[in-house]
Amino acid sequence: MDVITATVDARGQSCPGPLVALHKALRDGRSGDLFELLATDPGSKSDVPSWATLSGNELLESGESQGVFRYVIRKA
Amino acid sequence: MSQTIETTTQDTAALRELIDQALAERESNQINKKNKITIVAWDGHLDRVWPTLILSTTAAASAMEVSVFFTFWGLFALVKPERRRKTGKDWMTKALGQMNPGSTSKAKLSRYNFAGMGPWMLGKVAEDYKTPHPSELLQLARDMGVRLIPCQMTMDLMGIGVEDLIDGVDEPIGAATALLEMKESAIQLFI
Repeated sequence: MDVITATVDARGQSCPGPLVALHKALRDGRSGDLFELLATDPGSKSDVPSWATLSGNELLESGESQGVFRYVIRKA
Repeated sequence: MSQTIETTTQDTAALRELIDQALAERESNQINKKNKITIVAWDGHLDRVWPTLILSTTAAASAMEVSVFFTFWGLFALVKPERRRKTGKDWMTKALGQMNPGSTSKAKLSRYNFAGMGPWMLGKVAEDYKTPHPSELLQLARDMGVRLIPCQMTMDLMGIGVEDLIDGVDEPIGAATALLEMKESAIQLFI
């Protein structure tokens, strides 16, 4: 199983907070690294996939549990 | 009969050549747009500067190149917030400076301003929802490599010097350079 390199906890933040936090975390990572993003912003449901398309990073997983959205991203 | 077929073949060949030519011509005329967004920030109201900065920082976080061209009332977002500015060369430009205080923290709402109550309430709500205020977003944008470009003509018109602007902004440019920025961008917006 792949190991998550870093978790970005953006719970409680709204647009554009979660994506900016994710971007900062990815900048310090290497290509192929896996990142986990936690967010409570409902806008992230559409925004994280859009961000992946724009930035060329791969969205591997997305899900929700008890009001927290969780995404797994592979850095391009 | 055979002559007719020959003519048709010739016509088809000629037509294909024409199509190829047209395609080649179109190809050479095409502008290769970059993965870039250029925003013309024209309006200085809080409720316009705010989305401009949200889009800018999000685009930067999405690995896009971002240029924001601050012109007319939009330029006041880049003016230093410190002390009462004494910008302007004559009474008219001085009056313009007095009526337009610098920085996003002093920007008014385009509607429901209520002598400052509106912006204060919006700021309070944004704080509760953890949406960064434009003043924070401006700093964030700068740190993320968003190019903040002042309009030279507006600076002259309003009597604003480079020393009146916040640190980290680009060299002031004119309309032609702004057009060039827009031309090579996949997205252009006027806000």
